[in-house]
Amino acid sequence: MTDSLTAATDVDLVVQPGDGALIRVPAGGRLRIVDTEGNQAVDTLFYDADDIANRYSAFDTIREQGAVYLSTGSRLLSGRLDELAVITSDTCGRHDTVGGACAQESNAIRYGERTRHQHACRQTFLAYGAPAGIGQRELGHNINFFMNVPVDARGSLRFDDGISGPGRYVEITATRDVLALVSNCPQLNNPCNGWNPTPVQLLGRWT
Amino acid sequence: MQQERALLVPTHGGFPDVTEYRIVSRGYTHDVPGDAAWSTPLRAGRHVTLTSLGAGANASVLLFGPDRLDRLNVPDTLKAQLSACIRPPMVLMSDRGLALASVVASTLDWHDCLTGFVREPLLVTELAKHGLGEHDLHGSVNFFSRVTPAGDERGTLTWSPGHGSEGDSVTLRTELDLLLVLSTSPHPLAPAGYEPAGVRVEVAHAPHVDAEDASVLFRPESARALEMSRRSVA
Repeated sequence: MTDSLTAATDVDLVVQPGDGALIRVPAGGRLRIVDTEGNQAVDTLFYDADDIANRYSAFDTIREQGAVYLSTGSRLLSGRLDELAVITSDTCGRHDTVGGACAQESNAIRYGERTRHQHACRQTFLAYGAPAGIGQRELGHNINFFMNVPVDARGSLRFDDGISGPGRYVEITATRDVLALVSNCPQLNNPCNGWNPTPVQLLGRWT
Repeated sequence: MQQERALLVPTHGGFPDVTEYRIVSRGYTHDVPGDAAWSTPLRAGRHVTLTSLGAGANASVLLFGPDRLDRLNVPDTLKAQLSACIRPPMVLMSDRGLALASVVASTLDWHDCLTGFVREPLLVTELAKHGLGEHDLHGSVNFFSRVTPAGDERGTLTWSPGHGSEGDSVTLRTELDLLLVLSTSPHPLAPAGYEPAGVRVEVAHAPHVDAEDASVLFRPESARALEMSRRSVA
């Protein structure tokens, strides 16, 4: 497995759980997300950098690849069916794009009112997206890198313990200039972060 | 298509100086042909029944809440109720954690919500009529369609031909004032040349919801979303 991104980089950023990032990845640039301690969900949205209305669409991506999970070779499509990026390397194995991002409001529904004021990914999306004009209307359904949400033939879905591990990574290559809006998930109430959210590293190389 | 039966009723008992009127709707029926798009506002507390007018109908539905910013969130709906499809008595939840509608009845045990919709110009035009656009598109429910996950390592999905038949129906109960946007384009995984059937929409007053309601009792998450909708109009 090539590991060229650990050396020269245009971005080398550690993102703590509950924090996020907005990164412009130029066409041809590679962005690697490293699950430094393992079992950490990284909620991510992609936008065409020149037109944020042309944004990642989870269900168009799922339909066009004929499969629920994302892995190496998955083309990350917009709602216009433009290819925004491709997953070009993946040492985890598969990633979720059905489970969406946690929000204060959905936490209150899933875990009760006591969790309403815990930090949540959609807070991070709104905070880091604002400078690019990404507001509530612009939040589509996201990717959860390293998260394990099996669906089965009976139509059930569950949140399982992760299949990632320390140092595993996923790498995307941008097909056009894109904005990657990242939230390192602070969720404490389900096994998506192994009950213990940990930092991730973002490594970018543009040439 | 039947005429909407509506009455204008004076709100203050018909005094001569009354200037305010309210519309009392007795419901209506509207047939949407195949390969068309349609939208309508819906008041809270209505039953909306979609009925397939032929084999292989597909009704891709988008839902918006009272302020037209809040909208259906399929991932939140699925993860709160641990389902990969839509079936009774699930509650359809919004970004803001509100119950938009409950699925109170269905002749089919599976309605697809994992594979999006055909973004054809008629659907986008329906959104434009309400001041909405591309920014407001979201994961749809594709009523009468089924796409089955294989349960394998990739989560391979296969569109199920012949899932819906003429006369199949699904009934939603609106929990808030909604905007419903509906497309009867073929399911995006249907084979080329597929002739989609039309869909009948019937709107009627829903009976009072009590504590024994199936959606209230379904899961604690379903009940909490219904409670949050109640609070949002308190």
